[in-house]
Amino acid sequence: MSTTATPPPKKVNHIGLEVINYKGSKTTLCAGCGHNAVSERIVECFYELGVQPWTVAKFSGIGCSSKSPAYFLGLSHGFNGVHGRMPAIATGAILANRTLMGLGVTGDGDTASIGIGQFMHLVRRNMPMIYVIENNGVYGLTKGQFSATADVGSTLKSGAPNDLPPFDCCALALKWGATFVARSFSGDKKQLQAILKVAIAHQGLSVIDVISPCVTFNDHLGSTKSYTYMKDHEEPLHELDFVPFFEDLAVDIPEGEVTDVALHDGSHLRIRKLERDFDPTNRLAALAALEEAEAKGEVLTGVLYVNTAKPTFVELLNLPDEPIATLPESMVRPAKAVLDQVMEELR
Amino acid sequence: MSTLEVSPVEPLSGETGRTVVNDFSIQVATVNGSGSQTANTVLMRAIFQMGIPVSGKNMFPSNIAGLPTWFTIRASKRGYIGRRKEIDFLVAMNPETAREDVMKLESGTAVVYDEPLKLDQLRSDLHFYPVPFDKLVAPVCPDPRLRKLVRNMIYDGVVAHLLSIEMEEVRQALIKQFGKKKAKAADLNWGAAQAGFDYALKTFTKRDPYRVERMNATAGKIIIDGNSACALGAMFAGVTVVTWYPITPSSSLVEALIGYMKRFRHDPETGKSTYAIVQAEDELASIGMALGAGWAGARSMTATAGPGISLMSEFVGLGYYADVPVVIYDVERVGPSTGLPTRTQQGDLLTTAILSHGDTKHPMFFPCSPEECFTMSIEAFDFAERFQTPVFIMSDLDLGMNNWMADPFPYPEKPIERGKVLTAEDLNKLGGFARYRDIDGDGVGYRTLPGTNHPHASYFTRGSGHNEKAQYTEREDDYIHNMDRLAHKFEVMRKQVPEPAVDIRKNAEIGFIALGTSDYAVRESRDQLRAEYGIDASYLRVKAYPFSTDVAEFIRRHDRVYVVDQNRDAQLLALMRLELEPDLIARLRSVRYYGGLPLDARTVTEEVVKQEGR
Repeated sequence: MSTTATPPPKKVNHIGLEVINYKGSKTTLCAGCGHNAVSERIVECFYELGVQPWTVAKFSGIGCSSKSPAYFLGLSHGFNGVHGRMPAIATGAILANRTLMGLGVTGDGDTASIGIGQFMHLVRRNMPMIYVIENNGVYGLTKGQFSATADVGSTLKSGAPNDLPPFDCCALALKWGATFVARSFSGDKKQLQAILKVAIAHQGLSVIDVISPCVTFNDHLGSTKSYTYMKDHEEPLHELDFVPFFEDLAVDIPEGEVTDVALHDGSHLRIRKLERDFDPTNRLAALAALEEAEAKGEVLTGVLYVNTAKPTFVELLNLPDEPIATLPESMVRPAKAVLDQVMEELR
Repeated sequence: MSTLEVSPVEPLSGETGRTVVNDFSIQVATVNGSGSQTANTVLMRAIFQMGIPVSGKNMFPSNIAGLPTWFTIRASKRGYIGRRKEIDFLVAMNPETAREDVMKLESGTAVVYDEPLKLDQLRSDLHFYPVPFDKLVAPVCPDPRLRKLVRNMIYDGVVAHLLSIEMEEVRQALIKQFGKKKAKAADLNWGAAQAGFDYALKTFTKRDPYRVERMNATAGKIIIDGNSACALGAMFAGVTVVTWYPITPSSSLVEALIGYMKRFRHDPETGKSTYAIVQAEDELASIGMALGAGWAGARSMTATAGPGISLMSEFVGLGYYADVPVVIYDVERVGPSTGLPTRTQQGDLLTTAILSHGDTKHPMFFPCSPEECFTMSIEAFDFAERFQTPVFIMSDLDLGMNNWMADPFPYPEKPIERGKVLTAEDLNKLGGFARYRDIDGDGVGYRTLPGTNHPHASYFTRGSGHNEKAQYTEREDDYIHNMDRLAHKFEVMRKQVPEPAVDIRKNAEIGFIALGTSDYAVRESRDQLRAEYGIDASYLRVKAYPFSTDVAEFIRRHDRVYVVDQNRDAQLLALMRLELEPDLIARLRSVRYYGGLPLDARTVTEEVVKQEGR
């Protein structure tokens, strides 16, 4: 009863890879964890944009979020470092090899507490990489303590309320000079995809704060980082549409409704206005919008700010185009004449 | 504030007839921030240029301006360039310390001092040479704002006359110091030096016995500080990523490196540099960046001192456990805590050997001279990549920040050794690889660099438990297997670290073991022990940890072995205790000094003589 059927042609992206080439090992996070959705979006976006997986380097710190790089892009190198200090590892690696596409995944404990100093300096340097904060307001891996992004009045599972004000990682990143700042929700598939794609195309540091609920420790009634709370309070700034560099731009753009942001690699971000006027190239307006939303108890999502002009740290250091890590000996060990010259000067 | 008592002493009977040539030390006491560094360097260099072995040691405060600082220049025809405790010639420029400085002197010492201090009233057993510095500086330096800086140059002229240092050499040293670009400043200082010389010539009758005579013992030598030598070593090792956070006494290492790299590793035509140097936000970040760079295939380094070593602890454990190469310079200063930031010690040995929690062990190299700072730097970068591990270069403030007479550095003969790195072609042949599998039996696995253009190149680096394939594991057997591999790797290193320098004296009952800058004091002490007490002592200088097997052999050959430590807790001895058999441990004795100044021979000799019961 055997039949020989020709398998259907495999679906591949524009560099000829299948989606399976972008997957990682099976997740060990809780079923329903927001982080798993973020991992899925990463797989989709890198696949759809045809990023060569082995040009990507994944970085993370410590925590549930930081485990997730094992669950996507299995063909990429990964470095799971120490708590809060992923930015340093990523900085060193990218300086060593500027051709790497850096993808950092971190959590709110990693970023807003132990690693806030490194986060600040990463922003200050505008290191060319993607920095995803999987923000659930709670320490999951240590079983449910508040993090520094927990809102005032939100409660632990036990009912104990948080009485310290939260850090808003987007507002802080804006203040420190970030060149791409966005906020999204792990449950908002379309928006998160568009934002991740912009981040892949952006040439500086991309800070993406993703509200990513913890189903085990912070998805209850008193939480402001739960699925329910986000469904009721998410306030998208706009609708986002990403047009990759390899696709035809000539799609009808409704007059007056859409802002187009040209990105360095030739891709475009199209921002379709919703209720409000919002200019994502105006940093002060972004800060004001965040303040207003906080006062109203809304969680503003979308692209808060994009600046394609500011130089990256790699550019400031005048590095050559090729990785300095693997320059030939002739370029990194000066000639004997140089040593002779220096010795002569010291006589 | 001073509780010193002026005790009546016999007036000097005069020392006519006795001369001491090329064997004395000059101490200059000044206020920091007064420009005395230039005057002291010029004085040292002038003696060096006359062919006499010389050393200069700066004892300075952790302060920018206004606190006491002492500079000691030792001239030694026998080539001893360690610190000498005794002062033969004092230049007292600091009113705050002058009284105490003078009261501490041995009888017969010469004292050049600022006339208004009236130091000659304190004692009658010294040779005083009062100089009216303010009166002399005014005519040679019309700009009153510069007088404070130029004033010190006058004592160079005075001392040159009193010690018979050739003024032409002083002038040459000044030109060297200021370079062609600052000819005006050199001229101004030269005028001041001449004023001092002329004043001394017409005013003083030489009464002390000290003088300089031309020799030929410094021909071809250079003068350089250890930090600059390390910087040169790193540059010629092909370092590409340098991360740091400013901390005394290591800052000048990276600053020197920045200077050299800008000159020799930057292409003015393309505007491109073959390196990245990053001043990080703290030492947590600097070591993290250096590790990230090492992981990505760069020759990376960071430089720090004790407090930075403490902060780097966690990341260094990651480097050890995840097999990531990096070179870490520790220019040691006095701890614990902030300690004495501008004084020297070898107090980080124990901490660094096992830095970080859990079972860790790290190789350390111990340079004792600028030459070794240079050669060991090159060796350390090769070693780090060969063994895929953090390597420490343990220098100290004495070596790092003081100027040393040294032989010119040899250009590296061997090509750069990048260790076991698989390329895309290798992966094509192999089909894949297991990152932590010990294929060659040396405990070192093969690695790939991120960005390698091959679908099978990737692996996941983590500080959590991992198996041979770098996969997460909590299994008992995987964990033990990996830890045993790392322990084995350390044993392989033992055979490949720089070998100790051994000097056996026939029939010697005792021996010395020391490292780094203790070398100078130990060498001189051995001569003192033989000349003054008839004691012969062999000597082994360890150049690296893990200790090679030569150490045990050396101890076995001697009845008693004095382990010299520049720290309170005999840390070098303690490290040996961890490895040696009990019968060898029983032969070890300890000589310790931890006052923050460079170790001197007399301290070593006295301690050995005491313990030998002589």
